[in-house]
Amino acid sequence: MYNFDVERPSTIQDAVKAMGREEAQPMSGGQTLIPTLKARLAAPSVLVSLTGIDEMKGVCLDDEGRVCIGGATTHATVAREAEAHYPALASLAARIGDPAVRNRGTIGGSIANNDPSACYPAGALGSGATIVTNNREIAADDYFQGMFETALEEGEIVTEVKFPVPTAAHYEKILQPASRFPLVAAFVAKFSDGVRVAITGASNDGVFRWAEAEQALSSNFSPDAVAGLSLDGSNMISDLHGTGAYRAHLCGVMTKRAVAAIG
Amino acid sequence: MTQVKMTVNGKDASGDVEGRTLLAQFLRDDLGLTGTHIGCDTSQCGACVVHVNGEAVKACTMLAVEADGAEVATIEGQANADGSLNVIQQAFQDHHGLQCGFCTPGMVMSAAALLKENPKPTEADVRHYLDGNICRCTGYHNIVKAIMAASGQDVSAIAAE
Amino acid sequence: MPKDGGIGASSKRREDVRFLTGNGNYTDDINLRGQAYVHFLRSDIAHGTLKSVDTSAAEGMPGVVQIFTGKDFEAVGGMPCGWQVTDKHGQPMQEPGHPVLAQGKVRHVGEPIAAVVAETYEQARDAAEAIVLDIDELPAVVDMKEAVKDGAPKVHDDLTSNLCYDWGFVEENKGAVDEAFNNAAHVTTLELTNNRLIANPMEPRVAVGDYSRSGGEHTLYTTSQNPHVIRLLMGAFVLGIPEHKLRVVAPDVGGGFGTKIFHYQEEAFCTFAAKACNRPVKWTSTRSEAFMSDAHGRDHVTKIELALDADNNFTALRTDTYANMGAYLSTFAPSVPTWLHGTLMAGNYKTPLIYVNVKAVFTNTVPVDAYRGAGRPEATYQLERLVDKAAHELGVDPIALRRQNFITEFPYATPVAVEYDTGDYVATMDKLEEMADIAGFAARRKESEAKGKLRGFGVNCYIEACGIAPSNLVGQLGARAGLYESATVRVNATGGLVVMTGSHSHGQGHETSFAQVVAEMIGIDENMIEIVHGDTARTPMGMGTYGSRSIAVGGSAMVRATEKIIAKAKKIASHLLEASEGDIELKDGAFSVAGTDKSVAWGDVTLAAYVPHNYPLEDIEPGLEETAFYDPSNFTYPSGAYACEVELDPETGQVTIERFSAADDFGNIINPMIVTGQVHGGLAQGIGQALLENCVYDSDGQLLSASYMDYAMPRAADLPFYDVDHSCQTPCTHNPLGVKGCGEAGAIGSPPAVVNAVIDAMRSGGKDVAHIDMPVSPARVWAAMNG
Repeated sequence: MYNFDVERPSTIQDAVKAMGREEAQPMSGGQTLIPTLKARLAAPSVLVSLTGIDEMKGVCLDDEGRVCIGGATTHATVAREAEAHYPALASLAARIGDPAVRNRGTIGGSIANNDPSACYPAGALGSGATIVTNNREIAADDYFQGMFETALEEGEIVTEVKFPVPTAAHYEKILQPASRFPLVAAFVAKFSDGVRVAITGASNDGVFRWAEAEQALSSNFSPDAVAGLSLDGSNMISDLHGTGAYRAHLCGVMTKRAVAAIG
Repeated sequence: MTQVKMTVNGKDASGDVEGRTLLAQFLRDDLGLTGTHIGCDTSQCGACVVHVNGEAVKACTMLAVEADGAEVATIEGQANADGSLNVIQQAFQDHHGLQCGFCTPGMVMSAAALLKENPKPTEADVRHYLDGNICRCTGYHNIVKAIMAASGQDVSAIAAE
Repeated sequence: MPKDGGIGASSKRREDVRFLTGNGNYTDDINLRGQAYVHFLRSDIAHGTLKSVDTSAAEGMPGVVQIFTGKDFEAVGGMPCGWQVTDKHGQPMQEPGHPVLAQGKVRHVGEPIAAVVAETYEQARDAAEAIVLDIDELPAVVDMKEAVKDGAPKVHDDLTSNLCYDWGFVEENKGAVDEAFNNAAHVTTLELTNNRLIANPMEPRVAVGDYSRSGGEHTLYTTSQNPHVIRLLMGAFVLGIPEHKLRVVAPDVGGGFGTKIFHYQEEAFCTFAAKACNRPVKWTSTRSEAFMSDAHGRDHVTKIELALDADNNFTALRTDTYANMGAYLSTFAPSVPTWLHGTLMAGNYKTPLIYVNVKAVFTNTVPVDAYRGAGRPEATYQLERLVDKAAHELGVDPIALRRQNFITEFPYATPVAVEYDTGDYVATMDKLEEMADIAGFAARRKESEAKGKLRGFGVNCYIEACGIAPSNLVGQLGARAGLYESATVRVNATGGLVVMTGSHSHGQGHETSFAQVVAEMIGIDENMIEIVHGDTARTPMGMGTYGSRSIAVGGSAMVRATEKIIAKAKKIASHLLEASEGDIELKDGAFSVAGTDKSVAWGDVTLAAYVPHNYPLEDIEPGLEETAFYDPSNFTYPSGAYACEVELDPETGQVTIERFSAADDFGNIINPMIVTGQVHGGLAQGIGQALLENCVYDSDGQLLSASYMDYAMPRAADLPFYDVDHSCQTPCTHNPLGVKGCGEAGAIGSPPAVVNAVIDAMRSGGKDVAHIDMPVSPARVWAAMNG
């Protein structure tokens, strides 16, 4: 690693101030960022650690019944504390990485990084969540803008994510056998006014909503409704672990299984 | 350099570290606690698992400064007060849950965290909990068996010596 | 009743206590006063002309002690190869130079070009980034068949081609083999790849060099399976340091699996630099570095053919293999696809005629050498896949076809130059059929099908050769080393023993099992015996641990030395008991005179040896210490039969292992618990090869599977509880313990069973797939099911 200073603010305000330093980089759980730093693929002068900001931690319900999760809340905490309010989201959190990673990694870090194979982007987009930053709120539909690309401005911090709670939802994934990230995963959420389907792991453009499946499921919420649908694999990730065509196929299988699991 | 202070295995520990110093490096190089091992650089192998404030974390993927003020537990502090092996350690020896020993500290620390959360894990519980701990020697059979035995379950029906 | 000590007891491992409490002493735990750290600047291109290495900007960087390049090693020898293969025309293999730091050219991603020694590791790395390289990139050769074509870019300009050797075995049989194929009633042909693997012991490699100016002595601490071999190779061939001025220590080593046999540049560098810098120099590999600097394994591309007569008897076998050597010859690389592979092609079958052709090829990839099983898994995989394919083509039961062709009489001389001393392949297959509950398979398949899954059953046999020897034979085969082992047994005055063995334990539990043997021989408590290994200053010569040789060769040396101890102790006892030497018996730690109640305790005899007041000084010397070198007369031949049951998800292609049964014949067994554990670990590596692991380069020679993000290591949730049995025991006839070795069996025997099971599952789903290459990943299965 290149050396850097570490700032450990205890408020969002101080974190924002620290982010004003030259070449500052926010770090939440660090489970992706620290390996990146070890490989010397990033060279921040200042790391602003967000793990000491209590106002960014925890799971609660707001007046609209949304599950609100502080940006610095670990996956393990979400798995425990969101279970009663939003079991599908808790289950997603409980299956990220491994137990030690879940004890450090945070929702804000995952959402800010927007890895094309990460779990949380699918949960947020599939739920139609709102991403809250230190200065605004962004709808998930506007937030995720491609592989590792988001609507975040330089220095902007994800402080909270607000999840509307669907009537039923399920996250189904098949693992890439080495990294244990999803090879492909589908988050299916059934709301009273329609169905949302978000796919991660598959596309070169990162997490995306599968409009055709949403439409089909909104009128007929059954595994059969998506059985005939297909996605184009030509713009999907093609690597050692599977071709674009295979991933496109898996999108259908994961979606179908998620629907079946909801019942 | 920043001064960090923490409690390690119940004793006060402190030192001056760079921003980039990892908790694993601080434990190994500054405190001489070389039982915490480093087996990869992508946060996957789990040879470095320690407990920070009671939770299992990968000490190679946490900055030492972030453990400032924390309570850290490592493999060196796991034995009973009289120096004898604790229940998990003893089960690993009894059931041959280790060979080269390199992944073992992380395995034991993960096992301790699992049993705290889930005192009677099933075979599947144990296997999934070990997603972040790679062993190249044992094929996991005897590790899973040892952890189940440490939880007080009868493992005599599981094959082999 | 299981024994509670000695040979055959599942004694708990004494080494576990230090490992379980964080008190192991691995090489990276060793820090010497004043040590500096080295970082290697490695090539990130696969093939290129190295025009210049400009270190000027780096020299003045903070903390830099000294920077080394290929120029500093021009006067130093290159990395030696320990085995010379002679090709089918009687010519020696092509053997390129292998510099410590690149000279003139870079030939694989990861090749070290320069080394920066600095006060801290990060400072060394900072300075390495300031080194300016001028490399003219050349086209890389990665594919073996492309590499041997005319006009292919040459990895080594001074060689005639990229072909290291073209080996025929047994060349004289070739005509008869071809003739048998012409007369065959049926021929089964299979083309397959044995996937390239990376050993990945959990402890990355580490080297710490030290130099004492006062005595002119070098010390190297290193993660090695064979410190004496490193001392010999590095001392004699690379740095020119005589053995008496060079100590090599391999303390606790966190797994080896073959990849820590070899002598690596980093070891030579740290030893050299410690003297040049006049301070200890330490190198700790990161995992990322390990992927591109540890020798890789396997990587064969094979066409194999089996000829059968009208009664389904095997009449001939013919193979054509390309074996990847990588860019340079690693220490034992040439032996792996030849003597460790060709000699095993008979397998468990009485095929009368066999011809094996192997073309070893240089490519712009990391050197390839032995990995758990080394040549034998490659032989077993192709043969056992082929037999299964033949059974399918002929419409016969694959187990029945195997049984029909089993070797049943021993000793058996194969047509590939080895003689199996013992074995009982029918017994292990009988045992396996019982363990695998074949009768219940149909019901289990139905259960899987009810869940929308397919279920498959696969079986295979294997034969292994361990403890490769004798030295005079392997010398004729091209080995540049002996393959004996040595042991010194030192008995202390108060009766405790220290056994100094040349074998090295890096997970195998020698400290426990070796002590069990000596305890049994003398009849004393295991805790009176200490096993010392891994330090050239503390043990006599040693050839180390690999090829499942430790108990068969190292254990035998220890037995021979202990026999000498007992013989001398009996002489002392006969003097003390005033009886004839021939009447002295040793039992339960006491010497007695046959037919009397006169006896003297072990401890009294050992005390007399060192306090020789009442002692036959005129006949024997005081003291009780003996050394033995044991050079086996033959290999040992463990064998077995394995069965795998898989469930396959036809929608995703995902395969899970539902059952795995292993029936092995290891001859006599010292510690059943340890033996079972060795099989478990081997199975995980074999299943890992079959389902998960794959080392992949792109056509430019870039390593795609360069970390655990892309190289799939088997995890706990990928594997089942295994059913392992070693009750079938045909003791080895030519070593004193009757042991055969068990370290590699699991890795050798398991891949074909897995793949055979997957193919069976696909067939049950209506897809008649002739073959699928490893790793049988979900993507490959899905493609095969939908192809």
